[in-house]
Amino acid sequence: MTTSSQENAWAVWMRAAMTGDAGAYRQLLASLAPHVRAVARSRCRSLGTPEGEVEDLVQEVLLTIHLKRGTWDQSRPIGPWVAAIARNRLIDFLRRRGRHITVPIEDVVDSLPAEDRTPELSTRDVDTLLGQLKPQQREIVRSISLNGSSIRETADRLQMTEGAVRVTLHRALKALAGFYRSSARED
Amino acid sequence: MKTDDLIELLVKDLAPLRFRSVLAGAVAGGIIIAAILFFVGVGFRPDISEAMKSNRFLFKFVVTVSLAVTAIWVTLRVGRPGGSLAHRGLALATAPALLACAALVELLVLPESQWMPHLVGHNARFCLTLIPLLSIGPLACLLAALREGAPSSPGLAGAVAGLAASGIAATFYAANCTDDSALFVMTWYPIATLIVTTAGYLVGRKLLRW
Repeated sequence: MTTSSQENAWAVWMRAAMTGDAGAYRQLLASLAPHVRAVARSRCRSLGTPEGEVEDLVQEVLLTIHLKRGTWDQSRPIGPWVAAIARNRLIDFLRRRGRHITVPIEDVVDSLPAEDRTPELSTRDVDTLLGQLKPQQREIVRSISLNGSSIRETADRLQMTEGAVRVTLHRALKALAGFYRSSARED
Repeated sequence: MKTDDLIELLVKDLAPLRFRSVLAGAVAGGIIIAAILFFVGVGFRPDISEAMKSNRFLFKFVVTVSLAVTAIWVTLRVGRPGGSLAHRGLALATAPALLACAALVELLVLPESQWMPHLVGHNARFCLTLIPLLSIGPLACLLAALREGAPSSPGLAGAVAGLAASGIAATFYAANCTDDSALFVMTWYPIATLIVTTAGYLVGRKLLRW
């Protein structure tokens, strides 16, 4: 797919997602991931960061894209928006590893997609951070991500309302993003 | 966690979310807080109905409202990733330019002996305390909204929010202040605005990182 048609597809999916289309949103994130991974991998390689940490960075970028999706101005191209978010997380990620550099980041949409070479391996960062969540938040995150349960199944099993599960999930994701930031400051 | 599992989590958390709406809510909230504080603690000047007939009095609102409107508009831009002053920053020159023109006219129509008395006025101390006080609510609301945003430059975003908050606060304060000369406004309002903008910058730099 060419750069512009790829970017157009992202924009179409994101617009649909903004109106609540979960399928389009899944397609968007699944399509973004390999591009973000390509940028993360090339950056990590040129800076000597272990290959195993690439997927940590990919997940951090995707989480941030999710939480900040409301800041995409639909009248503007989506590629530079994704690149700006990726750049922000990349700088933070490298700072946590003691590298103080400014990152000239290539446009994410221009990067050839890269497959996840370690799909079976669990990433370290996010798993450590999951351990810091409140027990109920962790329970719900595990239920949905690892067991693949729906919101309703999770609600039934935990004897909560669906609304309460949604709110808890949202707080858990915001808390995760907060953990990334606070771990950046401690270093 | 595998990346595909994370994506599944994010999809489950999908809900409508627009930064523009968040910011609009913050502006409304900020105006309400400033209004309550103004009507409870400050109030209109006693001769408000007379003042309404004066162009000098009314012009103060042209300046303060244009500061508020342009700064809110710029906040919307700098609150987004990749947003910088380059895109909309020029709009911020509107209020200062209007004020400078008015001050020039004032210099032309007033005899020279009246320049200093009009510039010094009677309310400088109120101006420098009430505008920052009335700004606290709007600034807090705008900064909270910007935390939901993703400003590429946290300090800049905080400073622009400070400008917007000063514009809102100054609009209320101008209805209380009896000094209507553009020379007074041009001297004291910018100092008050600078205080709030600096506060916005300092808080923003800490609070708006993401």
